Amino acid sequence: MADAQQQNTTVLKKLIIVTVLMFGFGFLLVPFYKKICEVTGISKDKITVSNTQMDPARWVSIEFDANVGKDLPWKFEPMTARLRVHPGELKQVMYRVVNTTNRTIVGQAIPSYGPMRAGGFFKKIECFCFSEQTLKPGEEKFMPVQFVIQNDLPKDVHTITLSYTFYEQVKAGNAS
Amino acid sequence: MEATHALDHGHDHGPTTGLMRWVKSTNHKDIGTMYLWFAFIMLFAGGCLALLIRAELFQPGLQIVQPEFFNQLTTLHGLIMVFGAIMPAFVGFANWQVPMMIGAPDMAFPRMNNWSFWLLPVAGGMLIASFFVPGGASAGGWTMYPPLFLQGGISNDMTIFAVHILGVSSIMGAINIVTTILNMRAPGMTLMKMPLFVWTWLITAYLLIAVMPVLAGAVTMLLTDRHFGTHFFNAAGGGDPVMFQHIFWFFGHPEVYIMILPAFGIVSQIIPAFARKPLFGYASMVYATASIAILSFIVWAHHMFTTGMPTSAQLFFMYATMLIAVPTGVKVFNWVATMWRGSMTFETPMLFAIGFVCLFTIGGFTGLVLAITPVDIQLQDTYYVVAHFHYVLVSGALYAIFAGVYFWLPKWTGHMYDEKLGKWHFWLSTIFFNILFFPMHFLGLAGMPRRIPDYALQFADFNAMATVGAFGFGLSQLILLVVVLKCIKGGEKAAGHTWEGAESLEWTHLSSPPPYHSFVIPPNVK
Repeated sequence: MADAQQQNTTVLKKLIIVTVLMFGFGFLLVPFYKKICEVTGISKDKITVSNTQMDPARWVSIEFDANVGKDLPWKFEPMTARLRVHPGELKQVMYRVVNTTNRTIVGQAIPSYGPMRAGGFFKKIECFCFSEQTLKPGEEKFMPVQFVIQNDLPKDVHTITLSYTFYEQVKAGNAS
Repeated sequence: MEATHALDHGHDHGPTTGLMRWVKSTNHKDIGTMYLWFAFIMLFAGGCLALLIRAELFQPGLQIVQPEFFNQLTTLHGLIMVFGAIMPAFVGFANWQVPMMIGAPDMAFPRMNNWSFWLLPVAGGMLIASFFVPGGASAGGWTMYPPLFLQGGISNDMTIFAVHILGVSSIMGAINIVTTILNMRAPGMTLMKMPLFVWTWLITAYLLIAVMPVLAGAVTMLLTDRHFGTHFFNAAGGGDPVMFQHIFWFFGHPEVYIMILPAFGIVSQIIPAFARKPLFGYASMVYATASIAILSFIVWAHHMFTTGMPTSAQLFFMYATMLIAVPTGVKVFNWVATMWRGSMTFETPMLFAIGFVCLFTIGGFTGLVLAITPVDIQLQDTYYVVAHFHYVLVSGALYAIFAGVYFWLPKWTGHMYDEKLGKWHFWLSTIFFNILFFPMHFLGLAGMPRRIPDYALQFADFNAMATVGAFGFGLSQLILLVVVLKCIKGGEKAAGHTWEGAESLEWTHLSSPPPYHSFVIPPNVK
């Protein structure tokens, strides 16, 4: 019976090791996921303009949208709500942002696209979302976005919505 | 490890008396009983939340609860039913049945068993208490998706801790079950001679050990995102909320099989007993169970077809998901083949088992429909999904639990249950269940979104119908409570071999009720 006790403890130890490993595996999924996004090109961090030839026969409507995250007391709006462009055409629009508080706040804008798959064809040359924006109390800023819609945008996309959300940058830090 | 010495010497003493019997118990039968009662109480708690949801949805417009509270109801209904009712009920069955079915004197680690039970009331209490903190309970859905879950008040932290505790409890329970099954089988009880219920629990326990830690990791990340400045899921800091869904469903899909494999096991014990034939295709049942478990790890993203995956990934997850229908189909056909030309009788356990086979198969089919990516994109987050998972979890997992309770009540208590009341319970449950959930298929196909307290006028009739069904179904469960209480108090004495078609050790070797310490001397299995 002491022998059986010993065997049970051995199984217990092995299973506890599996449990700990699987807990670690959960966290390992984080870099794994990032890598998959990078390899499959789902992540839209990389900007490469492959073709700047303009396609005058085709029109695409771009809608601009602006939001601020929870608890960020900034006023944030696009100066142009809507624009028609040709694929391959370089365009610039301005966004306006005002810090309505009496403290200095650092913010970071995060873009998103509708439809999402259009994001890969929306190439930005210059954008305020490339870096953090610091606004002094009451400061107003006009910020540009320069972009090109790539020629290989799928034919069934006629309208793209570019939406920015500003978040307050609390602490510098990164998940990975 | 002194606790197990009692087993070594084989004292045939009964339990100590009073409350401390339960608090300090290391006896698998006592702990099984406590698990089952806990699950029963949680079933009623989660059921009350469901009835509040259905009462609000009886008519369009807001009548009874405010949207904020409605969201708390749907969230906690899900969490309580999954982690408080279904899972503990199956662990309760495992505690009672596994040692008796394999001829072991008790579980491998009796003290850990006690601990893993007593963690449950703490976690359950914390979930229910979260209704009463400022801001109310968690309201972002039982799946705890960020960014919603990163916002919100202290109740979200309580939910995270409750999930942690439930996870620890499940893992300890699973380790105990694996060790018991691997090491403590009676001489002659080879793996391929084990009753199928034991097999399904062995595989379920492995699934639990593999995925509960991943869930613990996911909610730990939520916790550090909320309070310690990490940005796993926070877009502002470079994180990605969609990643949570991937990690959550890596746990979540095996979890749905954790909730159904033991049900398969119970049904595979009951159908042969009442068809008076051995189970058709025993070996194929074992392999089907194992393949379902393995496949469950590669299908998680079918819960997230609308998150913007590449088409190739959608196709992979779609086909992988459909592949699960094959081993599941093997099981359904085996049950039908077991009944084929059997000398069948229809006592309550058999009724619930047949109800399980019919209704679970409907739920399986709607699952197959939802696996088709383009259809899923249409039906995502509609009542069709609600109908699907209630067919597999209520008429699947819960019906198997009911069937098992009726099947083993005579063994556990030594008294026959009230057959007449049992039949009433089955028929009322089945009729009201279908009135409750069948119309939800139509509502979902017509586009009614889930988790919303109000709806467009054209959905009114089916919703009213579902609410009537819900109250009928809920009240029918009181019959089960009466049956169980009556059976514990007394009634016709049950024979040791209560069901003459049942062939596992607890029927052939033990009296009803079994002695407090059974199989102190292991039986010889031929």
